Amino acid sequence: MKTYAEINAKIELGDAVVMTADEIMDYVDRKGIDAVAEEVDVVTTATFGPMCSSGCVLNFGHSQPKIRMTEAWIADVPAYTGLAAVDVYLGATQLRHADPANMDYPGEFRYGGGHVIEDLIAGKTLQLFALSYGTDEYPRREIRTYFTIHDLNQAIMVNPRNCYQNYNVAINDSDRMLHTYMGQLEPNRRNANYCSAGQLSPLLNDPLYETIGIGTRVWLAGAQGHVYAEGTQHAGGCERTEGGVPMEGAGTLALTGDMKEMRPEFVRGASFKGYGVSLAVGVGIPIPILNADVLRRTCVRDSEIMAPVVDYSHDYPEKTGRVMTRVSYAQLRTGEIEVEGQPVRVGSLSSYHKALEIANLLADEIRRGDFLVSEPLRKLPRDVAMLPLDIRPEPS
Amino acid sequence: MSEPVTRKLMLFFPTCECEKPIIYHLVKDYDLLVNVFRAKVTPKEEGYLVLDVTGMEANIDRALDYLRTFNITINDTGKGLTWDEKRCCHCGHCVAFCPTGALKIPDPATREVTFDGEACIECLACIRVCPYGACVSTF
Repeated sequence: MKTYAEINAKIELGDAVVMTADEIMDYVDRKGIDAVAEEVDVVTTATFGPMCSSGCVLNFGHSQPKIRMTEAWIADVPAYTGLAAVDVYLGATQLRHADPANMDYPGEFRYGGGHVIEDLIAGKTLQLFALSYGTDEYPRREIRTYFTIHDLNQAIMVNPRNCYQNYNVAINDSDRMLHTYMGQLEPNRRNANYCSAGQLSPLLNDPLYETIGIGTRVWLAGAQGHVYAEGTQHAGGCERTEGGVPMEGAGTLALTGDMKEMRPEFVRGASFKGYGVSLAVGVGIPIPILNADVLRRTCVRDSEIMAPVVDYSHDYPEKTGRVMTRVSYAQLRTGEIEVEGQPVRVGSLSSYHKALEIANLLADEIRRGDFLVSEPLRKLPRDVAMLPLDIRPEPS
Repeated sequence: MSEPVTRKLMLFFPTCECEKPIIYHLVKDYDLLVNVFRAKVTPKEEGYLVLDVTGMEANIDRALDYLRTFNITINDTGKGLTWDEKRCCHCGHCVAFCPTGALKIPDPATREVTFDGEACIECLACIRVCPYGACVSTF
């Protein structure tokens, strides 16, 4: 048994023993759970993949004379201005002005909100264009200028939903090509795509939300950020295996962090043909080894984590709830799964390679004493389910 | 006598050279087997050609000398398609679509994506599916 304070004391002295979730499994197999629970202080987890519910709050500071922006575009991508005068929110999936979208199906979606966020973090110069109706105290009605992230007062990433605990494997049970946020899905189940770091993914290593909660310090694209809330669509009350591992989407995290401290290689704008734009984000989360149970759960292997195979031609869009089969991440990583007796090629949208890099970077920061673990201010709920949106013909 | 060898070439034709029957001469005069992967040759415009030539080393060298008599740029690294390692996020989405295994994950432990230009036949499937624009066609 260790406390957060004891673990942090060791980290500050540079004495903490840290391993990645990728390394810990074999280590525990060799040395036994109780011995390792004593020895190891922190296990690092990570994930890197497209996370559409991401975005940022930017504050531009005031021009002379001042403007209260009512419409704003950054590099021709609209930003939300329903905030104070020079605050905007830019979302990852926002399309660029006049993007033809799917009018010429499948649309290319070469540039959008996610790319603006990547360019900002890379330090590029971007154009701001904003309009206003003009008020007594904010008389300016139009502004066009160029800026970098260094010119902003704040550039804070605010991602309402990241780090899905588990996710669907997408497949196409129809006879036409599909273009989805899960990539290209060829007809007649010719391929399938998955999107999770599996045994390295944060919430799969803490399936019961024992150490990751609201207030937990996280590594967000290189910055020290935090979990600020449960993620949207968080559904902790899902079906689980005996070991507590969710069989479907389940938990999510809402994350925030200072973009000025982020590294561009861990924030990437993404274009999904026929779907739109998004942002791939790298997240690392340390799990303090408080006891042997917490450690045991970080030893989860790809072979023990099951993902539902879902048809994206009918069952996903029509919300039928049908799961074609369940496969383990160990099977997915071989590049081929079997669906109803038929072999199916498999690709990934989540980068295990980048996730490993992040888990190692975070482990190094902790070993150097630069990254402390934090006790959650509040636990993530375990009992909530996801509500549907009922279509009601009249108010009631 | 040495064995025949295969070399992958990318040729760039400026406007003035597009109407000459160059491939014909490669076959007829230099005894080369020609396998064209991808071509974009439009009269009165620039053209590109990515091809394998198979034949005796000496004949290939002579053929290259012949090509140099035109105003053609020869890129014998043969890449009409480039993979930007820095832009690649190593998700592996492309790997399932690559028909020749040019893009692959050789080490299941690190799951790093690698690209073998020699194995690439420039079908361009990777360009269509990569969300990050890591694969780019020269033409």
